[in-house]
Amino acid sequence: MVLKSLTGNHAVALAVKMARVNVVAAYPITPQTTIVEKLAEYIDGGELDAVMIRVESEHSALAAAYGSALAGARAFTATSSHGLLYMYEWVNWVSRARVPLVMAVVTRTMGPPWNIWTDHSDYYEQRDTGWIQGFAMDAQEAFDMTLQAFKISEDPRVFLPAMVGLDAFILSHTSMPVEVPEQELVDEWLGARTQGFVIDGSEALIHGALSPPEYTEGFIEDVGKAMEEAVEVVREVDHSFGRTFGRSHGGLVELYKCSDAKYHIVLMGAWAGDAMEAVDALREQGYSIGVVRVRYTRPFPGEELYKALSSSKGVIVVERGVSFGSMGPVFLDLAGNMLKYSRKLPYMRNVIAGVGGVNVTYKDFEYIAKETINYLESGEEPSVIAWYHAR
Amino acid sequence: MLVEILILGRGGQGGATAANIIASAAIMDGLMAQAFPFFGAERRGAPVKAFARISDGRILRHGMFNEVDVLVIMDQGLVRTNYTKEVFVRDGGRIVINSPRDAVVRSESFNLLGKACFYRVDARAIALRNKLVAAGWPLVNTPMLGAFSKATGLIRLESVKKAVVEFFGERVGEVNAIAVDEAFHEVEELT
Repeated sequence: MVLKSLTGNHAVALAVKMARVNVVAAYPITPQTTIVEKLAEYIDGGELDAVMIRVESEHSALAAAYGSALAGARAFTATSSHGLLYMYEWVNWVSRARVPLVMAVVTRTMGPPWNIWTDHSDYYEQRDTGWIQGFAMDAQEAFDMTLQAFKISEDPRVFLPAMVGLDAFILSHTSMPVEVPEQELVDEWLGARTQGFVIDGSEALIHGALSPPEYTEGFIEDVGKAMEEAVEVVREVDHSFGRTFGRSHGGLVELYKCSDAKYHIVLMGAWAGDAMEAVDALREQGYSIGVVRVRYTRPFPGEELYKALSSSKGVIVVERGVSFGSMGPVFLDLAGNMLKYSRKLPYMRNVIAGVGGVNVTYKDFEYIAKETINYLESGEEPSVIAWYHAR
Repeated sequence: MLVEILILGRGGQGGATAANIIASAAIMDGLMAQAFPFFGAERRGAPVKAFARISDGRILRHGMFNEVDVLVIMDQGLVRTNYTKEVFVRDGGRIVINSPRDAVVRSESFNLLGKACFYRVDARAIALRNKLVAAGWPLVNTPMLGAFSKATGLIRLESVKKAVVEFFGERVGEVNAIAVDEAFHEVEELT
């Protein structure tokens, strides 16, 4: 185990290298570019025995990664924002074809106006595509989650592509200490690639042809079933990762100071750290509060969240994005999933903040939490959905 | 302990690299660290910022900041133009400036939230003396790291030199490590 100073993007690139991918196909876009740049360096320097396919667009990048994966290669691509939107047709195709594959999504606000900073709308828009979707908080988790993404994606119970989300700049371009395991240990833990079917010309196979509605319905239902299976697979993979490398992240959800908390902040991404720092300060001031960090949005951790939040006096879901005309996607998923377990829901509030890359600090989380708690303790209910403008 | 460090310089002076080397050296010293450049478009010659955080525990917070414990100035021209006024220096803060010996440093050029200590090193002279020049510019970032190490005591000189050699590779790294060493010994506190 070596401790290295790595940016979030370089942590992803190193994990991809250590997963010994065979094919990388990508098209540059800020803030993703330094991932594939680093992979190109690894390949050029002979440290990674893989093929780099240079393409003319993101649409082709995912198509090339998919084609390679279909033929049995461990494949990777990475993108952001408009690049992700441009590959959207293939995003849906790959998951419905049940082909294991890993893609890093460095979240970036969509234009116009033109913007390169983080919010989560590009990542949120993938929620109905059938991809496993994880979201990292720091460079160490970006590394670990990328390795875990290959393992989850290639599990026979899943066979779905997996996305690793990480915030632009505040994670992608920020150097932090990362524990890097031995290559032999990674090889042993990850194992050889498995997939449902391979198209390499050795046998006749029809794939993707016109299928009558009744058959098609079954294929689509199976994607949902695989997603349900993935809940247990994500837990297992994080657990076995912990046993091998001495570090796990809580499976689908990380709980921070929640065991005795009356109030909860729910969120995902790098700023969860700032929320944790706010919780430390709030606890010193006598507020009973914890952070529930969502690590996976697909499959959605309904059971974990119900257990953590069912007896909460107030749940504040803070999100870097919104479904226009409705509410934040994590809030909507949370409310819907809680209903699977109980008709009685705790008080829940949705705060939209940090959209367009606005810097949100621990001070802002302190303010948001205090405002909500003070309202509730005085017997009033604050608005269920509110925009918070950090300054 | 959490220390927030801002490096003010000009695009092309190597401020972002310096921030990264500070983080690497801190990690070698068994500390936790973060380093990142300004998030946005930058131009050669324009005023730019780079950031670092050092702590003895896990660093939870993210993002850029404007209130600092340590301010490193790579180009004293930024003091003259009052660009330094944009940053708030916390009580007990340290300000490390690249400037020749005869230049006057006035505390009014800074936004001080309390007491601050000022340090000066002629990083330009050290760079030129060691022939550290690229595209016509003296490379002041590595000497400033030596001055930073001495002025703040946050990271050991040996770790800075090791991190510099790791970053630049043996040949270029060794020359830069000499510049680090010289600046460490030449930096002076202003009274």
